Amino acid sequence: MPMSSPTFHLAIALDGAGWHPAAWREPGSRREELFSPGYWVDLVQEAERGLIDFVTIEDTLGLQSADPFVPDTRTDEVRGRLDALLIASRVAPVTERIGLVPTVTVTHTEPFHVSKAVATLDHVSEGRGGWQVKVSGRSDEAQHFGRRELVGFEAGLADPAVQTQVVELCDEAAEAVEVARRLWDSWEPDAEIRDAATDRFIDAEKVHRIEFEGRFFSVRGPAITPRPPQGQPVVAALAHAEVPYRLAARSADVVFVTPHGLDDARGILAQVAAAVDAERRDPGRERLLVFADLLVFVDTAAESGAARLQRLDGLGRALSSDAAVVTGSAASLAEQLAELASLGFDGVRLRPGVLADDLPAIVDGIVPELQRRGLFRTRYEAATLRGQLGLSEEVADRYAKAVLR
Amino acid sequence: MTERSRKQIVLAAYLGGVNEDILWEHPEAGSQIDFSTFRHVAQTAERGRFDYFFLAEGLALRERDGQVFDHDVVGRPDTIPVLAALAAVTSHIGLVGTLNATFNEPYELARQLASLDHLSGGRAGWNVVTSFDAFTGANFRRGGFLDPADRYVRAEEAVAAVQALWDSWGEHAIAADPVSGRFLADARAGEFEFSGRQFDIGGRFTVPRSPQGRPVIVQAGVSPQGRDFAAATADAIFSPFHRAPEAHEFYRDIKARAAGFGRDPSHVKVLPGTSFVLGDSKADAEEKARHILQQQLTPRTVQVLFEQAWNRDLSAFDVDGPVPSLPPLVEGPPFIQGRAFVFGDRATVVRGWQSLAEEKGLSLRQLAATVFGRIDYTGTPQQVADELDAFVQGDGADGVVVGSHLVPGGLDEFVDLVVPLLQEKGSLRTEYEGSTLRENLGLPTP
Repeated sequence: MPMSSPTFHLAIALDGAGWHPAAWREPGSRREELFSPGYWVDLVQEAERGLIDFVTIEDTLGLQSADPFVPDTRTDEVRGRLDALLIASRVAPVTERIGLVPTVTVTHTEPFHVSKAVATLDHVSEGRGGWQVKVSGRSDEAQHFGRRELVGFEAGLADPAVQTQVVELCDEAAEAVEVARRLWDSWEPDAEIRDAATDRFIDAEKVHRIEFEGRFFSVRGPAITPRPPQGQPVVAALAHAEVPYRLAARSADVVFVTPHGLDDARGILAQVAAAVDAERRDPGRERLLVFADLLVFVDTAAESGAARLQRLDGLGRALSSDAAVVTGSAASLAEQLAELASLGFDGVRLRPGVLADDLPAIVDGIVPELQRRGLFRTRYEAATLRGQLGLSEEVADRYAKAVLR
Repeated sequence: MTERSRKQIVLAAYLGGVNEDILWEHPEAGSQIDFSTFRHVAQTAERGRFDYFFLAEGLALRERDGQVFDHDVVGRPDTIPVLAALAAVTSHIGLVGTLNATFNEPYELARQLASLDHLSGGRAGWNVVTSFDAFTGANFRRGGFLDPADRYVRAEEAVAAVQALWDSWGEHAIAADPVSGRFLADARAGEFEFSGRQFDIGGRFTVPRSPQGRPVIVQAGVSPQGRDFAAATADAIFSPFHRAPEAHEFYRDIKARAAGFGRDPSHVKVLPGTSFVLGDSKADAEEKARHILQQQLTPRTVQVLFEQAWNRDLSAFDVDGPVPSLPPLVEGPPFIQGRAFVFGDRATVVRGWQSLAEEKGLSLRQLAATVFGRIDYTGTPQQVADELDAFVQGDGADGVVVGSHLVPGGLDEFVDLVVPLLQEKGSLRTEYEGSTLRENLGLPTP
């Protein structure tokens, strides 16, 4: 009997020089090039060499801050970033197989624009596009747009007004994703006909208004951009609690969660499963893929991961992270990933502590260790990101009329 | 020395889409959405040492009587992501995209354009447009909110706010010094504030100063207000005037207005849109042009073009028959949506066309060929090069935005046959002088 191909997935989260606040101070960090295209191309090509399923690229509508909820005035950490969707678009023509999943914020932006931007990323990458949905609850980011007031997080996450706002922002985000998805469907796959005999470029019956009327906005459609190659590019979301789990269950194909230890990991899987049961009622919907986020420091020839982390912590602000921080040899980290796989996680998203050191260590260390265990592919197998993740590559169009047989 | 030095012709390449001039039925017509099409045209233009590649935008599909247009090309990708992707497969050509200042906020406009400038090594430009129609607004959460009278206020403030954001990071704001541990040299890098009638914003901008400092600003303005706005703020103006004497008048007017704003007039490039047909002889090219025009003006295209002027259903009229004597429906709801009517007052325009048709005995289709048909340059490559060069040297313009009826291959023969002749004359560079769009256009770096 032929062995079935492994289905455990690996993603890499790209951000600045890496996820440690002092990563930029490391000798190989290319700190002068963080805003240059060559830097990003090299990172994604390196990840592609490791057969990684997809990279994510972080983005926010405000400057980075040591505290994720309020701005700061520090000068000893990387500040400044480029639009992540444009980085992904820039990288697309010079990569071939790897998925490209930039973060795009939906709070102050227009779902019509977001939808066509992600569709276009999917076109320029020939079916490798996705999108990590993000909400913005910070009052300083709201001031960048000046169009609405947000209470901000200064009162703390436990404050009732803050909690109400989080629920509202997640509901609004769910609407934004719904609008984007409908706009992707607003062009049926065979809408373009180029029929010279009837002088018709499209079959107008196959291009649809979406007429979306929601609590937060209404959008008429159709999209100006024809259906993306994947039909529905991959939607991902990072979630730490029940409200965002439910957003992910409603809207996403992939959810990134942040377990700390195996017991916590089991608990989170159960919570996500409950959210899926509560929110994902459409029987045609595919499974929500659950990825565990881990911030990694891998042992290198020169220094152990733990020693590197300790040294960097001593340079300025110590690392603090929503995701578990793990250190060790490639073999021991692969062992931890194998445990997560056996619990039922579909994959992990690794956040390299220092991109210059930990990305090659993942590609040349953790990936071969996983392959040796039969847990990870030895080549790319599908042409699209959906296919790579085991999602259906023939996505039905919700507006297509059922064909009578 | 009295002779003025030869002007360098500015060339931009326009990849057309949703207008009636594109021959999508042509056997060599390619995809209007695949990236390979955009790559082909941008690389061809770069081979011809063009200054920039240009994409237009429209934020709602055009409709006729509530039905999406189906006779022209429909659909296009999002402008800025395509330009970011093109930055990967080109190295010198400028990448100019149209972004709407009504349905985008300054923070996102500034972010996208500054990011594109970083990702292209300083080749980004913004064609600034505004719209105010409720039809387009129906695609947006904020709706069609803009009073038509506020168009230029919105555009002027959007450009000023975007430039304030671009200026918010100084050239030396980043130290990235591992020894002192200082990444930011300036703790206030990115701080901005802008207050006006349309925008009241402040905070910190995410994108460090881009290679050009300020990406290039392109505009199209014809009204006195639009001309002033363009002359005061634009680096290049996309002009509709491509023939003497209007072109010369417009050119003189823009340069005078720019000088009036204290600017060096040579820092505002006037660039009319243009099209060309090449042949073995003038007669051969003209014959080809007639054939192309005939293919462009299909019966449905003719009907819809006139329906926009008449603002009513003209499907009952034979395009090879006489021009309808009906008046336009001036007060009625728009019969054609999503496309600006640029010919002026409907009643006057239609009356003018009716009398022209009567005078010359034109059918609807012949009238369409007269008023819409437009191929600016026909002839041998030498004739086209001579004419174009004379037009620019004679101050009809600083250059042209070249489009083609055939996507993606239409620009190839211009680059292969006309460009070398312009280079021989010394009117077009043989190699790029600079690495940024500003440098290649001869604009100062702010």
